[in-house]
Amino acid sequence: MAAYVLRRLIGSVLVMWAVATLVFFMLRLVPGDPIAAMLADVGGPEEIAAMKAKLGLDRSLLVQYGLWFSNALQGDLGASIYGSRVPVTQIIAEAIPRTLSLSLLSFVIAIVIALPAGIISATRRNTLTDNAVSFLAFLGLSMPDFWLAILLIIIFAANLQWLPAVGYIPLAEGFWPWLRHLILPAIAIGTAFSAIIARMIRSSLLEVLSSDYMRTARSKGLTPRMLMFGHALPNAMIPVITVMGIAFALLISGAVVVENVFAIKGLGRVLIEGILNRDYPVVQGAILVVSAIFVFSNLIVDLLYGVIDPRIRLH
Amino acid sequence: MTKALPLLEFTDVHVHFPIRAGFFKKEVGRIRAVNGVSFTIRKGQAFGLVGESGCGKSTVARAALRLEEATSGSIRYAGEHISLFTGEERIKFRKRMQAVFQDPFSSLNPRMKAGQIIAEPIRVHGVKPAGEVRAEVDRLLELVGLPLRFANLYPHEMSGGQRQRIGIARALALGPELIVADEAVSALDVSIQAQIITLLEDLQRDLGLTYLFIGHDLSVVRHICDQVAVMYLGRIVEMAPSEELFANPTHPYTRALIDAVPNPDPAAEAGRHIEPLQGEVPSPANPPSGCVFHPRCPLATDRCRQEAPDLGPVAPEHSVACWNAG
Repeated sequence: MAAYVLRRLIGSVLVMWAVATLVFFMLRLVPGDPIAAMLADVGGPEEIAAMKAKLGLDRSLLVQYGLWFSNALQGDLGASIYGSRVPVTQIIAEAIPRTLSLSLLSFVIAIVIALPAGIISATRRNTLTDNAVSFLAFLGLSMPDFWLAILLIIIFAANLQWLPAVGYIPLAEGFWPWLRHLILPAIAIGTAFSAIIARMIRSSLLEVLSSDYMRTARSKGLTPRMLMFGHALPNAMIPVITVMGIAFALLISGAVVVENVFAIKGLGRVLIEGILNRDYPVVQGAILVVSAIFVFSNLIVDLLYGVIDPRIRLH
Repeated sequence: MTKALPLLEFTDVHVHFPIRAGFFKKEVGRIRAVNGVSFTIRKGQAFGLVGESGCGKSTVARAALRLEEATSGSIRYAGEHISLFTGEERIKFRKRMQAVFQDPFSSLNPRMKAGQIIAEPIRVHGVKPAGEVRAEVDRLLELVGLPLRFANLYPHEMSGGQRQRIGIARALALGPELIVADEAVSALDVSIQAQIITLLEDLQRDLGLTYLFIGHDLSVVRHICDQVAVMYLGRIVEMAPSEELFANPTHPYTRALIDAVPNPDPAAEAGRHIEPLQGEVPSPANPPSGCVFHPRCPLATDRCRQEAPDLGPVAPEHSVACWNAG
């Protein structure tokens, strides 16, 4: 087990390195020169060259890559090329709690919706309730999250004025202000996610409910509650966990779009602004962090398998 | 021999499944899985129910266990109608009748250790105080001939025979009087089958169990059962004490089944002429008129095509549903 984790950790680091390298070179292939744009009105060719030299952008790509890589290994991701040159680690450190708060809250909302929806539609298969749940799931899946976000703002922020439309309050300043600002974006992101999970729980549960060991459990004389929560659900969750792991990526990409709608300066917004400004160090840093979240959430899912399914041995 | 008390009695039991179709889920037909079945199992008896796949024998088992509700007819356990059991009574009834199922690979929860599987019914029904559950599990493992360390194994860590022993231990955990063994050995290798059958026989002798043994392998049923009923398309076509049935099979279907059992002696088998049964089993959604067996019966007459024969005696304790019998 320890050997397995170690092997997977090494693999994860390699994946992150590959992503960072790819992003480094791809960014520089994108047309558009940030310095020329930055100094378009105020500087001539000399100023541009001087600025490039100052930022190290005049050296060959390989040298730039080598420098960035060796600094990154020491925990220094460089600084934004704009303004007061804020260090990338600081920008990311401010953005991560926002994106993680948002993603985790979306995750919780998704599960809270999906679990009962999946159970109800599986136990009342092909009834009106099941069809209604399936219809809602389909609707949730096909609705773009940014559109749902705008819709939620119009209803709950603009018209009803129950919840704020934009912004973010750190958790340290109180749970309720934090939650108030995150509910709408979390619903916008979590809806599609909950639809996927609810469908998965339904099909997985249907399979388990018709299995021979459920018949065995029924013949033991267990109550319906014991049957569902003691026997059916634990077995049905095995494939669902897989989907959750893959779909966690969906939450992060959902956050990129929805953060912009709600003006929350999380990783997504940092990434978008960085890309638009060709702020190379910021984009590289942000993508490194996002890839780390992907890689480690998948690792956690794989490790969870061993816990929830005794038939799976990790080695 | 004085007759023991009847434990399980089926009287004209029907189990029909509606076929629904269309937007409004209208009933367009019925699958008559069990179509008027009557039999009595006495205490201490091993009652065998045989027939091809789809003849309704497993539905009989499920109806007896109340995993399926009978459409009509009565099922009585120790004289009481099981369909009337509610709440407490239903739970008590569960303790008295337990099942061993066919496929030991799929009938055990893969996420539970053998010890938990056996302990669960003991805990849920409060058979033993919490402190004694462990000892009870050990006793049951010993009873079915497994080392105590098996309590800590998951089903996938065991062989088929070992799993089926766990299934039997689980069934015995509630101290039942009657065990429904639904194809309990069909999924096992022949050598393992013999071990499990011996175990079932030993348990019957030691614990005074009654069996409803469902199978399609006549030699297994003959070995373990003292009374056998042959089912075809939801009906019992012949019923007799085991020895009598195999010595004097009267219904053409029973004869065909017994003929189909291969002889273990290759020389005798090579020279044996078998008249195979023609045709397929008709659909229970659309059973033939008259005697349901007539389309495949070599002896069928016009009467067979029009009138359904009832089960009637041809010898003491031997009854057959055939116009040409007796």
